Amino acid sequence: MAIVYEKSRGLTDEELHYCPGCHHGIIHKLVAESLVELGLLDDAIGVCPVGCSVFAYKYFNCDMQEAAHGRAPAVATGIKRTHPHQAVFTYQGDGDLASIGAAEIVHAAMRGEKFTTIFVNNAIYGMTGGQMAPTTLIGQKATTCQTGRTKEQAGMPIRMAELLSTLEGCVYAERVCVTDIANINKAKKAIKKAFQKQMNGEGFTFIEVLSTCPTNWGMTPLKAVEWLKDNMVPYYPLGVIKETAPETAEVK
Amino acid sequence: MEKELWKGNEAIAEAAIRAGCDCFFGYPITPQSEVPEYMSAHLPKAGGVFLQSESEVAAINMVYGAAGAGMRAMTSSSSPGISLKQEGITYIAGAELPCVIVNCMRGGPGLGTIQPGQGDYYQATRGGGNGDYRTLVLSPSNVQEAVDFVQEAFDIADQYRNPVMVVMDGLIGQMMEPIEWHPVPKRDLPPKDWATTGRKDRDHNNIINSLYMDPNECDRHNEHLAEKYALMEKNEVRWEEKECEDAEVIITAYGTPARIALTALETLRAEGLKVGLFRPITLWPFPEAALRKLSKADHVKAFVDVEMSSTGQMIDDVRLSVEGRKPIRYLGHAGGVMPTVEEMVDAVKAALKEGK
Ligand SMILES: Cc1ncc(C[n+]2csc(CCOP(=O)(O)OP(=O)(O)O)c2C)c(N)n1
Ligand code: SF4
Ligand SMILES: [Mg+2]
Repeated sequence: MAIVYEKSRGLTDEELHYCPGCHHGIIHKLVAESLVELGLLDDAIGVCPVGCSVFAYKYFNCDMQEAAHGRAPAVATGIKRTHPHQAVFTYQGDGDLASIGAAEIVHAAMRGEKFTTIFVNNAIYGMTGGQMAPTTLIGQKATTCQTGRTKEQAGMPIRMAELLSTLEGCVYAERVCVTDIANINKAKKAIKKAFQKQMNGEGFTFIEVLSTCPTNWGMTPLKAVEWLKDNMVPYYPLGVIKETAPETAEVK
Repeated sequence: MEKELWKGNEAIAEAAIRAGCDCFFGYPITPQSEVPEYMSAHLPKAGGVFLQSESEVAAINMVYGAAGAGMRAMTSSSSPGISLKQEGITYIAGAELPCVIVNCMRGGPGLGTIQPGQGDYYQATRGGGNGDYRTLVLSPSNVQEAVDFVQEAFDIADQYRNPVMVVMDGLIGQMMEPIEWHPVPKRDLPPKDWATTGRKDRDHNNIINSLYMDPNECDRHNEHLAEKYALMEKNEVRWEEKECEDAEVIITAYGTPARIALTALETLRAEGLKVGLFRPITLWPFPEAALRKLSKADHVKAFVDVEMSSTGQMIDDVRLSVEGRKPIRYLGHAGGVMPTVEEMVDAVKAALKEGK
């Protein structure tokens, strides 16, 4: 019988702990498949965050380091600078990357560190039980803004892909989501391209993936997908935010 | 061997390069900035990686990443910067990564002063970050020792898979002294087969981690760490005793105060007073047994602890060793003021009176 679908060799056999309807699992799969298809898996070193994907070191079938909350870009810098020919990536949530680790990601991008960051933006602190993130939308309820986020109290949500795009060292930034087959395919293409650009030595590459957190959004998995499309996509537009042509992107 | 004149901070940077330091990540702060400056100019020429990080938080996490990937990694800073590194240090200790951290101490608290201090003793010897962990702490009292200890620190770190701190007051970093380049001591080191270097044809993934969700597993991990610390306590304790054989008063001091104490000793001995110096070289593990033994000797009547700290910090370890057998006086200044020979002489004389 022909095999039409199988689990990626880029993932271990460990059972994922994510909630039903959580997109972390899909995003893991896309990263894993990309590494395998590009022939990078056996050479890859990943860095996982503190957040719901803290156990990503058990799931990705490659060497992994677990970083302190927000510090993955610094850890990845230490790895990539000393292992310049290997594929290095960070996998980070929005609290991890856009809040506590804002300095680390901005400066890694500024330096044009040649690693890839997969940024999972679910507009909430998933792991700690649904507190407000810097990406939480105006009006969105969270346990630390129970009547909804207001601009007056917390400011406007941060658009990381756009912010990092202002830095020359960031050569590629794309925002994707994984709500349906078409978007999943686009997301995979973006992730692969980011790794290719990394291996070409072009500079820092950043894929922001809009993601669901049905548990802390208080929605069914299907409702969460709809909410993402209706509320997150308008504020966080999908598509290529920045792509520098390879020749000008070279950071020497 | 030929003597060369070196500034402390530059000398320790050169020492690290000679000891095979692969990479250095640091952030400017007085009085240690000559370390990253020297590294930026010389480490890349030796084939290593230098990077000025955006903060001390980032620097120590870069060390984590590089050390986890099998490199000999180093960072240096001074007191406020070392405070910021504490998060990274506890993760490094938890994940059992070897690295070398230099603290060229200044006065505190807060911004304090850029003048030399010794107020980070607790932070260095008690962990500083969260959780039960220890860093091995070497404290030189001159530039020669600073150089020798930094050279050795990399091997000690690799042997135990543990961070090693070289803690010195800013004076040693800023001072120029003649030194000799000693051959780098070599230990029999285990292979770094745990490092994340890419799996290649290994049959398993290497994972660098300090997270244990299962409390029993976390307990076992802590037990394993405790066993390692016990091994260091058994094998790595260092100290120096000067004229303690017949001493009635023993000065306890480390770093620059221990050096000033040598002159106090000369002065007092010339007056016929029996005074000795006990100088811990490893601040952790503290030379507790050696000091306890001295405290039990009949000829020892009293101790004078001298530190560049207003309240005294090492004095707690002195107390734990002396266990109330003999009186302990304290002499200390913080904020960049050095204890003087005259003050030490007076303190010893007062202690002698008290101890009689
Ligand atoms: C220094 C520190 N502060 C706070 C925490 C607690 N903490 C763990 S995960 C987390 C938020 C994670 O949210 P996010 O990055 O958005 O990831 P998600 O769980 O949503 O995927 C926080 C605040 C921590 N582990 N360390
Ligand atoms: S809490 Fe949210 S982000 Fe975390 S696993 Fe569950 S759905 Fe996913
Ligand atoms: Mg989140």
